Amino acid sequence: MNLELPEDCQALKRSLREFCEKHVKPKAREWDRTEAFPLETVRELGRMGVLGVRVPEEYGGAGMGALALAVATEEIARYDGSLALTVASHNGLGTSHLRIFGNDAQKKKYLPKLATGEWLGAWGLTEPGSGSDAAGMKTTAVKRGDKWVLNGSKMFITQGTVGDVFVVLAVTDAAAKQKGITAFVLEKGWPGFTQRAIHGKMGMRSSDTAELHFENVEVPDSHRVGEAGQGFIDTLKILDGGRITIGALAVGLGRGALEEAVRYAKDRTAFGHPIAEFQALRWMMSDMKTELDAAQLLVWRAATLADAGQRFSVEASMAKLVSSEVATRACNKAVQIHGGYGYTREFPVERYLRDAKLCEIGEGTSEVQRTIIAREKLKGV
Amino acid sequence: MLFPMKILVTAKRVEDPESKIKVKPDGTGIVPEGLKYKINPFDEIAVEEALRLVAKHKGETVVVSIGGKEVHEQLRHAMAMGVDRAVWVNHTGPLDQMAIAGLLKKVCEKEKPDMAILGKQSIDDDQNQVGQYMAEWLGWGQATFASKHESLDSDAEKSKTPALVVGADGKTVKVVREVDGGLGTVECTLPAVVTTDLRLNQPRYAPLPGIMKAKSKPIEELTPAGLGVDVAPKLTVLKMSAPAPRKAGIKVPDVATLMQKLKTEAKVI
Ligand SMILES: Cc1cc2nc3c(=O)[nH]c(=O)nc-3n(C[C@H](O)[C@H](O)[C@H](O)COP(=O)(O)OP(=O)(O)OC[C@H]3O[C@@H](n4cnc5c(N)ncnc54)[C@H](O)[C@@H]3O)c2cc1C
Repeated sequence: MNLELPEDCQALKRSLREFCEKHVKPKAREWDRTEAFPLETVRELGRMGVLGVRVPEEYGGAGMGALALAVATEEIARYDGSLALTVASHNGLGTSHLRIFGNDAQKKKYLPKLATGEWLGAWGLTEPGSGSDAAGMKTTAVKRGDKWVLNGSKMFITQGTVGDVFVVLAVTDAAAKQKGITAFVLEKGWPGFTQRAIHGKMGMRSSDTAELHFENVEVPDSHRVGEAGQGFIDTLKILDGGRITIGALAVGLGRGALEEAVRYAKDRTAFGHPIAEFQALRWMMSDMKTELDAAQLLVWRAATLADAGQRFSVEASMAKLVSSEVATRACNKAVQIHGGYGYTREFPVERYLRDAKLCEIGEGTSEVQRTIIAREKLKGV
Repeated sequence: MLFPMKILVTAKRVEDPESKIKVKPDGTGIVPEGLKYKINPFDEIAVEEALRLVAKHKGETVVVSIGGKEVHEQLRHAMAMGVDRAVWVNHTGPLDQMAIAGLLKKVCEKEKPDMAILGKQSIDDDQNQVGQYMAEWLGWGQATFASKHESLDSDAEKSKTPALVVGADGKTVKVVREVDGGLGTVECTLPAVVTTDLRLNQPRYAPLPGIMKAKSKPIEELTPAGLGVDVAPKLTVLKMSAPAPRKAGIKVPDVATLMQKLKTEAKVI
């Protein structure tokens, strides 16, 4: 068993760290305050190939695996959770759905521009009335000749307003339930397809979140992604991969919080001592470090299984569950270690805490992850 | 018409200045544990300049590093940035500047580049000698401390325009260089050795597809013996010691006191 990251992952980690130190760290606080989507920085990441991590080389991507995407996401999240969410969702959801389930024509049309970030990708599953119960969606697509007509709406869609290419799930055969859902790829600007930005999020504030509305949107059958009725089954596979990246994102935030906490604790004095000397705080930091390492190993295990072509669904759920809860805990402790200063925007730890909380909700809540793990481990009960 | 250029660059492995560097208690060197390494930042600037020149003129870039197997990391880094192939001079143990220049000279004789671009110095020993020795021994043109007129925020920099300007006949290179109190310009015949200063360019971040491509780019292995270079050091390090810790500063109550102290105590104004 080899626990060293492969050389290419180390190289991308170094490259991203240098980039983020210079172009992300100084700006993340302002992006968060103003809810500003950092389009220029995202484009720059695109030029570095960070928006096409898993896209094969023949389509202009880096052709790297799940572990590389996890490492990239973690490294960006050390500096800015929102930007990491942009990278994670663009790569892991919309782009991956087209990469894995798209036909040749669709891949040729979309992947090269998604890989370089010229186009941004979004993925619409959740609806106002259905999240955890994703198959309970109400958006419909009705076949008319060689077209489908979409009606309904989607909720909380990342890259919802800045996105150019949208993979959207819709019911095509209500009676068939989970086997009656189909995926389509839509482009911004199509008649009847509108987006509305959602503002006022607790965290991930400079990640773009929106509602999507479909009013008699005509979608040519050539824009159906995968077989009709296969959309939800494909979606579950996308979510498996997505959960690895959300786990990695959480670990990155936790690591960022720990680094800030350690620095602050060495600097700040109370009762004539650096607060880092107090056992109560030392133990907090020990727990943070230990739990984050454990979480990171779970993420790496799931990613390594995925890259080896083995089943990784439950492992991805475990990684996401543990990482997100560990991260929230670690960020909360980091705020505590900062005392009153931690409760202000002067220090980044309160932002890390707000960002980390999303990881317990997005791409399947902690409750959903536990349900999946139990289902697998308690088969037949 | 632009003549294709073949450019050789160097990639020394140096301690990452962000890791904590401690001198061993017995003064025989620095503590290797926990150290991180990276490509010498001046060499990274050299790589960037070479890539820009070749993007403009076409041609080929070759990167050289001297050291044990671990320098492959720096060679791969340069290739991830875009360099075409690498030459690895396999050697472990101490090397002084003359030995390094001697090895690079031989590699240049073998590769016959139009230009060798090196960092002006490496941030570990800060010697600033290798480029100069090399140019002298090769009998090539020499331009040290290459810089540029434009700022690093300029449009020329953003559009990755090379700062080094090769003559229309492909026989000369014009180099803006940092000199005391400003910038000077020299023109020298090719082949030439150019060493880079800090404000020549802003190196690109290794792009992810580049990192993948670098894995299959070739690294040719050479040895000092094979190159016929005697690398026995003429220079030996007797002892290393950490610089004396900085004394704590003082706080002055007001500007007047500060001015007075600068005049009478520090004697700087
Ligand atoms: C910032 C952000 C970005 C997002 N990006 C996207 C995106 O790009 N694409 C997309 O499709 N979606 C996206 N989502 C949606 C996200 O995936 C959902 O919010 C999430 O799956 C939860 O669904 P819900 O909000 O409807 O909550 P609900 O499903 O209503 O859950 C409410 C509560 O009930 C619990 N619960 C529900 N069912 C059960 C059960 N069976 N057993 C136990 N507890 C249960 C949940 O765990 C939760 O605590 C995003 C959300 C946010 C906040």
